[in-house]
Amino acid sequence: MTKRALRNLKESAVKAFFFTNGILAVFVLVGIFALLLSSAIPAFREIKITEFLGQKLWDPTSPTGAHYGILSMIVSTIYVTLAAMVIALPVGLGVAAYLSDVAHERVREIVKPVVEVLAGIPSVVVGFLGIVLIGPFLAKLTGQSNGLNGLNGSILLAVMALPTIISISEDSLNAVPNGYVEASLAMGASRWQTLVRVKIPAALSGIIAAFMLGMGRAIGETMTVLMATGNARTFPHGLLQSLRTMTSNIAIELGEVPYYTTHYYALFAIGLVLFLMTFLVNLVADIVLRKYQEREL
Amino acid sequence: MKRRSVIQFLGFMALRVCLYLVLAALMVFLYDIGKKGGGAISWEFLSKMPRRGMTEGGIFPAIYGTFLVTMVTALLAVPMGMFAAIYLNEYAKQTRITRLIRLSIRNLSGVPSIVYGLFGVILFVNIFKFGTSILSAGLTLGLMTLPWTITASEEALKTVPNSYREGALALGATKWQSIRTNVLPYALSGMLTGTVLGLARAAGETAPIMFTGAAFALPFLPKSLSDQFMALPYHLYIMATQHHDLAKARPLAYGTALVLIVFVLGMNMTAVVLRWRLRRKRKF
Repeated sequence: MTKRALRNLKESAVKAFFFTNGILAVFVLVGIFALLLSSAIPAFREIKITEFLGQKLWDPTSPTGAHYGILSMIVSTIYVTLAAMVIALPVGLGVAAYLSDVAHERVREIVKPVVEVLAGIPSVVVGFLGIVLIGPFLAKLTGQSNGLNGLNGSILLAVMALPTIISISEDSLNAVPNGYVEASLAMGASRWQTLVRVKIPAALSGIIAAFMLGMGRAIGETMTVLMATGNARTFPHGLLQSLRTMTSNIAIELGEVPYYTTHYYALFAIGLVLFLMTFLVNLVADIVLRKYQEREL
Repeated sequence: MKRRSVIQFLGFMALRVCLYLVLAALMVFLYDIGKKGGGAISWEFLSKMPRRGMTEGGIFPAIYGTFLVTMVTALLAVPMGMFAAIYLNEYAKQTRITRLIRLSIRNLSGVPSIVYGLFGVILFVNIFKFGTSILSAGLTLGLMTLPWTITASEEALKTVPNSYREGALALGATKWQSIRTNVLPYALSGMLTGTVLGLARAAGETAPIMFTGAAFALPFLPKSLSDQFMALPYHLYIMATQHHDLAKARPLAYGTALVLIVFVLGMNMTAVVLRWRLRRKRKF
């Protein structure tokens, strides 16, 4: 073999090695889906899919006949997530607008790392604060015994979603071309009018993507809601009630369930529903974000 | 004219209030943990085993376990993340496969942590028969960290200017020689800071390790990678919600929370300071 051929061989080998590491991401994603599916399917030998998704009662250990309905959990997850977004979106967008339009450069330099600190607090610590800080506060406010309810979880999830919402919204506000802003100011609009009627509409797709990504995180968050929402297995009728999300239910029951029973498989089926929900939300966020990045402003 | 400026004043004021709200929340969180956790911290708390049903003694096994499991996570996620990033930034062309890889990475970073936990139970605990162990938990966390380390490493590679690569290639170097001598040395420190940020997040995670290896309480330290372990985040969860005497456990829970925050934020700060110094030092 000539020296040159050897060199080419080595080059292709190196490239193939790096490619293997890259393509692994695809295998992991497909692997997660495939393994979840294979562990969820046995559950449906005994449970009807319509019962699983449409029934409110989840009681796998009932002596009179097990019930496997996850509708209460799905609704709880949606309630808590949406309430979190109702809190986090205006506040996050406000901070982003303040940083991009009002704050001095030096304020921004300080605030951005501080927001990163917020993102760095582990979810179990946030959940703990829900028990010791937000819980007693809500209890005093509502007259409940411990304040572990949907609202508590929503407040904490909002705090956790804020860093994502702030940083992506700020990026998209900063990406609005100066020409738009200057044209608006030249027409006599105030800085506030320019922000509200020109910049925010122009950055809207980025803001929507930030909202979706924050929502994706909130749907899948486990420890915070597990510790702060009280985990009652009832159908939720409001946020001031103790409720149990899909993630909490997996976390509570997987440790106690005997392996390879219908109950065990049903927990993986919940995991599959969760995976599909977050996948969908993230995919939409991704498409919106791509669109706005490709649109050469 | 006057009304308009009043509206603008009020509007900007509202934005400022949003910022103060966020900063106040962070301050209250850190102050509460710092004050009440600080009282629990002592040399005994950091260096001793728990005693009397975890109402006294220390949390050393949890610190040790979190350290070990983070090492396993790093061994998987750091090299693989870097290699994948090298492929994506240096070799990959805009093909369908490249787009598929990128799409997968973005979606992996959105998969809920408890789903990684379920995946770890099936793959590492059951199929690979690693059992509930440091190895299973570390590998589960490693896979979860992978998308973050890939993204961070790629960002670092992007900061190396193309002229560095072209300079080497023009002198007759092969692609790999150019990457090895003219790209990696300049990107490596940036890649490492980015991956430390990912590892810090992994170290604070609870849901993925709950069913893959973390133990409620162990009377001794783990001796090998196939042993179960105690971990700071899981220990905090136990102390805050599962303990038989929550009132007695509360101060220790605060202490555990403070140690965990210092552990995670300490890693974060190190990375941020390194990145900041790096940026100042080097202007391409």
